[in-house]
Amino acid sequence: MKRSVSILIAVLATGGIALGQGMSPADVSYDEYGAVEVSLSGQPGNAEAGEKIMTTRGKGNCIACHQVDALAEYPFHGEVGPPLNGVADRYTEADLRGIVANAKMTFEGSIMPAFFKNSGYIRPGIAYTGKAAGPGDLFPILTAQEIEDVVAYLLTLKE
Amino acid sequence: MIKRALTGAVCVATLVAGAFVGMNAVADEHANLIVNGEIEMVVRTEAPEHMENVDTIYSGWVYRATETQALQMDDFDNPGMLWVDQAAEYFETAQGPEGRSCQDCHESPEALAGVRAVYPKWDEERGVVQTLENQINECATERMGLEPLKYTGSEMVNMSALLASVSRGMPINVAIDGPARETWELGKELYYQRTGQLELSCANCHEDNYGNRIRSDMLSQGQINGFPVYRLKNAKLNAVHSRFKGCVRDTRAQTYAPGSAEFVALELYLASRGNGLSVEGPSVRN
Repeated sequence: MKRSVSILIAVLATGGIALGQGMSPADVSYDEYGAVEVSLSGQPGNAEAGEKIMTTRGKGNCIACHQVDALAEYPFHGEVGPPLNGVADRYTEADLRGIVANAKMTFEGSIMPAFFKNSGYIRPGIAYTGKAAGPGDLFPILTAQEIEDVVAYLLTLKE
Repeated sequence: MIKRALTGAVCVATLVAGAFVGMNAVADEHANLIVNGEIEMVVRTEAPEHMENVDTIYSGWVYRATETQALQMDDFDNPGMLWVDQAAEYFETAQGPEGRSCQDCHESPEALAGVRAVYPKWDEERGVVQTLENQINECATERMGLEPLKYTGSEMVNMSALLASVSRGMPINVAIDGPARETWELGKELYYQRTGQLELSCANCHEDNYGNRIRSDMLSQGQINGFPVYRLKNAKLNAVHSRFKGCVRDTRAQTYAPGSAEFVALELYLASRGNGLSVEGPSVRN
């Protein structure tokens, strides 16, 4: 019930840039290399909030697959993706935004889930329930602002 | 004993080296599995010919921590064997309208040694691929006059564990040619299909990333030769279709139902990726 109320709010807020909600996944413009120039939320990211998202299960949980030495206080870093140490030296802000939002636009066929996408899936479910998702049940895994927060955190990873 | 102690030393070294990312004790990747000092399991062997992207297949046992591995090496330490004993009692118990037991047709569980290794299998009479669970229910309903057992319910899982236990050490050998081919092809398609909001296929984790850690867990090849599996996580025996369901759910996808045509096909395909490994059920995993 609470869910459907928030869906309604999200729907009402579409075109929500004016309301500070940021763009919806369909509005995101990727360049030919998969980079995204403008902030998805229209606001700058908060690196501290980004760190929280990076390390929280059910949010980004980026360390499930990537090793990040700067986050060593959080246990168990995965090995599925490349380590993110020094990632800000290798990629621009726009590159990182595009990769976090939908890595497949940069790396074709990547195993990395798209964190800012809500359509175009095979047999999508409602979160981790295993139940079929109906129209309106799908939200991007991270919000526009959460993507910006993660990008802000990644930009701190310099060697 | 010396080898055990050595493995322990290696583990401690690994722990120290890996302490900053909090890694678990890593098992000795060359360890061999011998159960009760007598059943020798094949835990690594050449991949079957039909596998295009993998050279060597490994039992999930290989990827577990040393302590977890040890639990499967002796039936007194393997909690899964408690339910095997329950199923052995069920096997002997007369029930249903005609008061029949499994034993009336099958002399003993041991008389069914080898059955687990060739299922799922094409059933000529029914014209479909049947799982071992389907076959158990065929006996229950048609020969004993019982209601079908719930596909992943405890009675079924226990019986499946009993039948696996008497085949332990025998090589998985499911047929994928002839009439089973179509089902096998469907299973293969499902294996490579990227489903759910995380857009993950079985292959993304279990073919492309086995041996890599995902957070604290090490990804295995997703072999099913050890089912039913006693999982430390939920402290019970788990049916293979329950595990499929959990995996698919974790891709944020709509799951298939246990016993569905899709999961039967996936089971046949996965079993065929383990042709040559030993039947291990009930195995112990985390």
